Amino acid sequence: MTANRWRRFADWDARPLRQDRFAREDPAKGFQAMASPADPAPGLAVAEGRVTVMDGVAEADFDLIDRFIARYHLDPAVAAEAMAIPSLDLARMLVDLNVPRADLVRLARGLTPARLAEVVGHLSALEIAFAYGKMRARRSPGNQAHVTNAKDDPLQLAADAAVAVGLGFDEIETTQRVARNAWSNALACAVGASVGRWGTLFQCSSEEAEELQIAMRGFTSYAETVSVYGSEGAFIDGDDTPWSKAFLASAYASRGVKMRATSGAGSELLMGFHQSQSLLYLEARCLCLQRAMGVQGTQNGGIDGAPVTMSVPGGGRELMAENLIAVWLDLECASGNDARPTESELRVGAKIMPYLMAGSDLICSGMGSILKYDNSFNPSLINGEELEDYLVLQRDYEADGGLTPLSEDRASGLRERALAAVAAVLGELGLARPTPAMLASVAAASGSAETDSYTPGDASRISESIRTRGITVIDAIRALATRGFTEEAENLLAMVRLRLSGDALQTSALVRDGRVLSAINDPNEYLGPGTGYRLTPERRAEIVEIRDVLDEREVLRSQAMVEKVEARRAAYSSLGPAKAGQGGPEVVVGISPAFGTKLFRTLAGEGVSVMLRAVVQGIRDGGGTPRVVRMRHTADTSFLGLSAAHLSGSGIGIGLQAKGTAVIHRAGRLPHHNLELFSNAPITTLDHYRRLGENAAALAQGGDPEPVVVPTRGEAMGARFHAEVALIYAIETALCSEGAAPEEVAVEFQEVP
Amino acid sequence: MTATYPLSETAPETLRARSGKPLSGITLQAVLAGEIGMDDLAIDATTLQRQAQIARDAGRATLARNFDRAADLVAVPDAEIMRAYEMLRPGRAKSRAELDALAAEFRSRWGADRIADFIAEAAEVYDRRGLFTFRY
Repeated sequence: MTANRWRRFADWDARPLRQDRFAREDPAKGFQAMASPADPAPGLAVAEGRVTVMDGVAEADFDLIDRFIARYHLDPAVAAEAMAIPSLDLARMLVDLNVPRADLVRLARGLTPARLAEVVGHLSALEIAFAYGKMRARRSPGNQAHVTNAKDDPLQLAADAAVAVGLGFDEIETTQRVARNAWSNALACAVGASVGRWGTLFQCSSEEAEELQIAMRGFTSYAETVSVYGSEGAFIDGDDTPWSKAFLASAYASRGVKMRATSGAGSELLMGFHQSQSLLYLEARCLCLQRAMGVQGTQNGGIDGAPVTMSVPGGGRELMAENLIAVWLDLECASGNDARPTESELRVGAKIMPYLMAGSDLICSGMGSILKYDNSFNPSLINGEELEDYLVLQRDYEADGGLTPLSEDRASGLRERALAAVAAVLGELGLARPTPAMLASVAAASGSAETDSYTPGDASRISESIRTRGITVIDAIRALATRGFTEEAENLLAMVRLRLSGDALQTSALVRDGRVLSAINDPNEYLGPGTGYRLTPERRAEIVEIRDVLDEREVLRSQAMVEKVEARRAAYSSLGPAKAGQGGPEVVVGISPAFGTKLFRTLAGEGVSVMLRAVVQGIRDGGGTPRVVRMRHTADTSFLGLSAAHLSGSGIGIGLQAKGTAVIHRAGRLPHHNLELFSNAPITTLDHYRRLGENAAALAQGGDPEPVVVPTRGEAMGARFHAEVALIYAIETALCSEGAAPEEVAVEFQEVP
Repeated sequence: MTATYPLSETAPETLRARSGKPLSGITLQAVLAGEIGMDDLAIDATTLQRQAQIARDAGRATLARNFDRAADLVAVPDAEIMRAYEMLRPGRAKSRAELDALAAEFRSRWGADRIADFIAEAAEVYDRRGLFTFRY
C-alpha cells in the first residue's frame, strides 16, 4: 500500500505562502544575501591622507562609487584605528551595552563597505535587532504612510491624507499612476495633511527633476526617492551619478527641504548589474555613498528589492543587517517594511516585529494607509486592510510603532473636513468643481473602487493646470483662508515656514506637537534598561485605546439585552435545600449561581433557559428523570457536575454553567475526571445539549452511550471568547459563598413566540 | 552650537527668508495681503551655514559639507539649478569641456565655489569613466 501523495502537501499548496516563489542560492547570478565569493576582502591603504586602495581596488581602478566613497566617506583620521579592529570585536561592540553609540559612529567613519558588511554578518537576527535599537539616531520612533489611489483622485487623496495624519504618521508619501498627475497629487495631499494638526512631513515621489520642482513650489516638505545604487552600471541605468545625486541633495537643502536617499538590497540584481556580489555588500556601498553625499538619511531595507531579497536564504536577516549599517553610519533610517515581500500573513508579522520592538526613525517607508489595490507604489508590507492589526501589535508589546488608534467618528470627521477643504481649494483656484455626490462617495469609500469621483484623466487636466499656471503653495494657502479654512491655511503655512529655520534638515528630523525633534535634540543614547526610548504613561494610554474593548459593564449590558425575554421563557422557583436522590434513572442538573439570575445568555448566544430546556428534554427522551438544583458554593463546571452527581439517585449528574459549558459526572470520580465535557460553549448547539441529556439518562440506566463530540474547525476560541469568559465567570464566582447548600429549583418553561 | 538647535525655538527672531523678510513677517495676514512670494518661504545662506555648524558640532562633517554646498545654491534660480542637475546626469554633457564650463559659470555668476569645485571634480571622474557617451 503506497499513498499517491500525502494530502497535507495539497493543503500546503493551497495556502497563500505558496504564491511566494523562492530562489536557490547562486552567488554567481547575484542570488546571495551575504558574503558572496565575489565580495572583496576588507582592506584600506592611505597615503598622505589619501585613499590609495579600498577593499582590494587600487585608486586608478576606482569606479564612480569607489571614488566618491574614498573621497568623501572615509575619514583618514579614524580609518587606521577602525580598520585595525577585528570584525568580530566590532560586532560585539555593536551589541555591548557598555559601548556607547557615539564611539561606534566615530569608528564607522573609517570603515570600508566590505568591512561594514563583514561585521554585521557576524550578528544573528536577534543581535541585529538589538543593535539596531541601540544604534538608531533619534530616540523617539516614528512611521510613514503611503497615500495614493488607483484613480489619482485628488478628493480621495485629501481625505486619506487627513486620516493618515490622524493616525499619527510623521510622514506621508504619495505617487501617481499616471506620471503627469504629480502636481495634482501634491496639491491634494498637502491640503489633506493640513487637516487636524500641522507637522506631518509630505513628499511626492516623481521623476527626480519634477520632484524637485514640486518642492520648489512649496507643496512638499521632504524628498525620499533619491535612489542610489551599489554598482556603477546600475547607477548609470538609474540615470544618475553620485555627483548628480549629491548635487540634488544640496539643491533640496538649498530650499530648506528635508531629503533622504533611497537604496536597498536587490536593486542591482533586478537591474542586471550585481557583479556576482552579495546583496549586503552592494548595499553597504550604497550606504557609505549616502553618508559621503552628506544626505541626512536613507530609506533602505530592500524597498523595491525586498521581495527578491526575501526569496533567497537569509534574505530577512540581510534586510535587517543593511538597516543596521545605515544607522551605524549615523544616517536617519526609514527602514523599509515597505514593498510587500510575501503573501503569507505569518511572514508579514514576523518581518515587522523586530522593528516594532527595536523602534526606528520611520518603521515603515511607508505603510499603506490605503487599501492594497490603491497603493500606487505596489502593496506594502502592511496596508489599510491590516493597519488595525499593527495597532494591536503596539498594544500587545507596549511598543511604540508611531501610530495612534482613531475612532470611527474622528476618522469620518477628518475625511469630511479634508474633502471640504480640497473642494474649496480646487474651486477657488478654478481647477475643478467637485459635486456633493462625488464628495459623499469619497467620504464613505474604503477605497477607490467604491468612489464616483475624478478619473486619472481628470487628474491630468488638474495637474497640468497647476504646473503650467505656476500655482504654488501660497495660492493653496490663500484659497483655504479665503474659503474659511483658516486653521488648515495656518497649518499649511507652518509647514513652509519650517523651511526658513532649516531645523528639519538635521538628521532624523520630524515634527511632533509643533516642535522639531531630531537626532540633535532627541538623540538615542541607549545604554540598557532604563535608558533610551520608553513609553510615557500618556503615550501608553493612547496606544492601548483600540476600539471595541470589553469590560464588565459591556458584558452586563449584553446580558441585560436578553433578560426580559428570558424572564418570559422560564420561571425559577426555589424550593429550599436540595434533597438527596431516591434512586431510579434520576439525572440531577446542577446549574451555576448566576444562571437565569444575573446571566441570561450562553456564549453561543442562546438564552440559558433554552439550553436548560434542551438538556432536560434530552434526559426525558433518554428515559431519565430530570431534577434541577442550583449550586451556590461553586461555579466550576466540574464541581457543579460532581455535586449534582452526588445528589442524584443514579449517581449521574450534569453541571451546567450559564455561559454554556456542560459536563456529565458520576459520583465517586475525581472532580476533573468527568464522563463527558462540552468545553467549547460558543460552538455547542441545542442539539448537542439535548444529546448530552440523553447520554446522561443512558448512563443513569447503566448504558454505555457514544460520547457526544462537538466538532471544531480549529477556531481560536480563546482569542474570541476568553475575555468575555473571564468577565462572566467573575460574575458567577462573586455569587458563590463557601459551604452554601445546593438549592432545589422548580423550573417552569413557557413557549415564547 | 548644538545647544542653539532648533533655531526656530531658540532664536526665531534671528531667522530671515532669502528675501530678507524676518520669520515673524511670514503670517497668514501677509499671505492674504499678497505680500508673500516663494522668495519669502526660502531658507537663506546664513541659516544654512548655522545648520552646517550645528551638524559639524554634532560630528556630522559630511552633512555639514552638504549644507555648505547648499548655501552656495541659495541664490541660484530654480531653473539654473534644474539645468545644472540635468547636465550632471550621465550622458547629458558630451564632453568634459561642457561640465568644466558649467563649473566656471557657477563660480563666476553665483560665486558658488564649492559647487564649482564639485562639478569640476565630476567632469574629471566622468571623463575617466567614459560617461560622455550617447545614451538616448
